[in-house]
Amino acid sequence: MSWATKLKQTLAGLIARRTPLSSSQWEELQVLLLEGDLGPELAEQSLENLKASLERDATLEMALANLRAILLSLLPADEGLRLVNPPAAILFVGVNGTGKTTSIAKLAHSMREQGRRPLLVGADTFRAAAGEQLQQWATRLGLPFIGHEIGGDPSAVVFDAMEMAASRGLDPVLIDTAGRQHTTHNLMEELKKIKRVLGKKKAGEPQEVLLVLDANAGMNAIAQAQVFHETLGVTGLILAKFDSPARAGFLFSIARQWQLPTKFVGVGEKAENIRPFSAVEFLDQFLS
Amino acid sequence: MFENLSQRFQDIIKKLTGKGKLSVEDVDAALKEVRIALLAADVHLSAVKAFSQNVREKAVAREILESLTPGQQVVKVVRDELTEMLGPGTGGITVSSYPNSLMLVGLQGSGKTTTCAKLARIFKKKGKSVLLVGLDLKRPAALDQLKYLAKQEGIPCFAEQGAGAQATTQKAQEYFRAHHFDLAILDTAGRLHTDSDLMAEVKAVQDTFRPAESILVLDATTGHVALSVAEEFKRWLDYDSIILTKMDGDARGGAALSCRYVTAKPIRYFGIGEKTDDLEPFYAERLASRILGMGDVLTLIEKAEEAFSLKQQEKVEQALLKEKINLSDFLEQMRGLGKMGDISGLLPSMPGLPQLAGAKLDEKMLKRWEAIILSMTLEERLYPEIINSSRKKRVSSGSGTSVQEVNILLKRFEQFKLMSKQVKKGVLPKFMRNIH
Ligand SMILES: Nc1nc2c(ncn2[C@@H]2O[C@H](COP(=O)(O)OP(=O)(O)OP(=O)(O)O)[C@@H](O)[C@H]2O)c(=O)[nH]1
Ligand SMILES: Nc1nc2c(ncn2[C@@H]2O[C@H](COP(=O)(O)OP(=O)(O)O)[C@@H](O)[C@H]2O)c(=O)[nH]1
Ligand SMILES: [Mg+2]
Ligand SMILES: [Mg+2]
Repeated sequence: MSWATKLKQTLAGLIARRTPLSSSQWEELQVLLLEGDLGPELAEQSLENLKASLERDATLEMALANLRAILLSLLPADEGLRLVNPPAAILFVGVNGTGKTTSIAKLAHSMREQGRRPLLVGADTFRAAAGEQLQQWATRLGLPFIGHEIGGDPSAVVFDAMEMAASRGLDPVLIDTAGRQHTTHNLMEELKKIKRVLGKKKAGEPQEVLLVLDANAGMNAIAQAQVFHETLGVTGLILAKFDSPARAGFLFSIARQWQLPTKFVGVGEKAENIRPFSAVEFLDQFLS
Repeated sequence: MFENLSQRFQDIIKKLTGKGKLSVEDVDAALKEVRIALLAADVHLSAVKAFSQNVREKAVAREILESLTPGQQVVKVVRDELTEMLGPGTGGITVSSYPNSLMLVGLQGSGKTTTCAKLARIFKKKGKSVLLVGLDLKRPAALDQLKYLAKQEGIPCFAEQGAGAQATTQKAQEYFRAHHFDLAILDTAGRLHTDSDLMAEVKAVQDTFRPAESILVLDATTGHVALSVAEEFKRWLDYDSIILTKMDGDARGGAALSCRYVTAKPIRYFGIGEKTDDLEPFYAERLASRILGMGDVLTLIEKAEEAFSLKQQEKVEQALLKEKINLSDFLEQMRGLGKMGDISGLLPSMPGLPQLAGAKLDEKMLKRWEAIILSMTLEERLYPEIINSSRKKRVSSGSGTSVQEVNILLKRFEQFKLMSKQVKKGVLPKFMRNIH
């Protein structure tokens, strides 16, 4: 190809891209947002903001860049886990089956890689073999585990765990709780009690309350975040199962309404399948 | 945000049901809100579009737009169409010949293992000998979970770690055959629909057992991804039915509609809790109302329609026209309300009427109001403004009530009049004209 034809093609491409957004392109943007579980309200609002931010002859590329900036501005900055004064307790909560237990195993694995010795605490004394699940992870990872029989009092497990961590120099204390629907009042009260017991055992604990959300969820994740946050004061989110093609747009609503940062992203079932949340990477996947 | 949405939806129902005649534009405006409600319930965009098109065709039909109660008819078309797209309910699973098997598949954490135990319980109750088969060799303690549940239910369980998926499946089948069980319920590992290795693995299980039904277990909280989940699992397994779990939470469950839209497979059950008896046969009407988030409004419309004969409606309409609403009309309307049964229970959830939430219209109070009005002279009933304090005293002692109660009644009547005027302007829904 001659230099001239190349230039001509590039110019043609540039000119083509300078055509203003058509209504079908607007619709494409809308579909993109809705299919990513952003929710109808925030999708509408974001597109309105986008419209206001664009010149009359804006291109699709400019629109996407602005949209990215608008969405990015909704996500709060995250500082990772802030743990002081060991042993620090981290409480993992969430509705049934979102990925709490597995996320603990993954975080424990990466903490051990960093030279720490976390304690895995099976305070899910409700679900069949929930304790065994975490215990098997502990064995695999070569880390200490503490738990009680099924039907035991989760607050008691947590109490014992803090003693054990203090006496054996284990840190942090990763506490697995039973999955529960945020609509079940007494089960939410049970979590409050666990939190209270931790605070009584050692002032300032738990230092983190992490809500685990399933990336495959839709708008209900927002209701989950609201109630868990109101009940317990959630300090951060873990987005599990993000190896799924789901795009988890509900995170924007949650971030906007309660300024909750996402701290980690789970991307598979293996111990190493976890990484710190990156807003930029999240947006790459969300807008893809 | 949900308050906001349901408010919008309430507004549209209010507008629709308040109108004597609807235009095609009215229907379109209403459908826009319905689409938003469905999206907020996690129904996939393409299912939403198809649904709204179907509804539009039916709703703009002449009979509906020109009927006596077009707004209510449109609301009904929406609900009926949704019910049809979701239905029909099949009353659970029936297995026509034994020995046979059921296989449960789905994403990680959707509720397969728990649902296996729930199904085993149901078939055991029917007198079948059931074997639970644990084929999740991947998640730590997955087999322990199934074994525990099996033991709790007194159901035999085949759960062996060690060999690969293929070999274990073979062994499980041999065990099933050798012990002459009626039904094997196969618990498989959770997997992403995009993981072709794992999808091929579960396909092999299906090929070995050839189950009576392969069942997709779907979490009610699933978002837009449900569509591709349903599609891919179908492509690999052509599964037979769907079970929707975690309906005890407050998820709307719109994912089920996405699945039905791409597969047309029946939904068999709702999971409504973590215990083994927390499984209910699926009802399309219930899910339809839940997805729409309409609360009990449809029930109320129906009740209202039954309670008020057309004749009464016409009478009120005439009175409204003359703007001469009197206490006799009021009494008649109140009696009509009494017939609606426990209306106070319905009021708080009724779209468009948050202001009525506090006003309890119980039978007892209606009886007392009736007594008060019956103690009035005809003139007083027609021209309540003449009721001064000495008349009030007479009426209250005649009806065995207090002057204060008479005052309250007259105040309510004033509100009734005011609202009726608004109704005339088309502000209030038709079926609510009689409430104040
Ligand atoms: N693909 C994928 N699967 C995951 C991920 N995290 C967890 N899972 C799987 O999801 C399922 C549920 O995970 P668990 O860790 O048991 O979830 P949980 O929240 O502890 O569940 P309950 O205690 O039963 O409420 C398991 O099959 C996990 O292997 C992830 O990041 N990606
Ligand atoms: N609230 C509620 N929890 C459920 C229901 N079905 C399953 N679960 C819970 O969801 C979690 C995952 O269920 P499980 O059966 O292990 O899912 P699997 O990974 O698909 O086998 C567990 O905590 C179950 O107790 C349901 O209908 N309602
Ligand atoms: Mg768990
Ligand atoms: Mg399982």
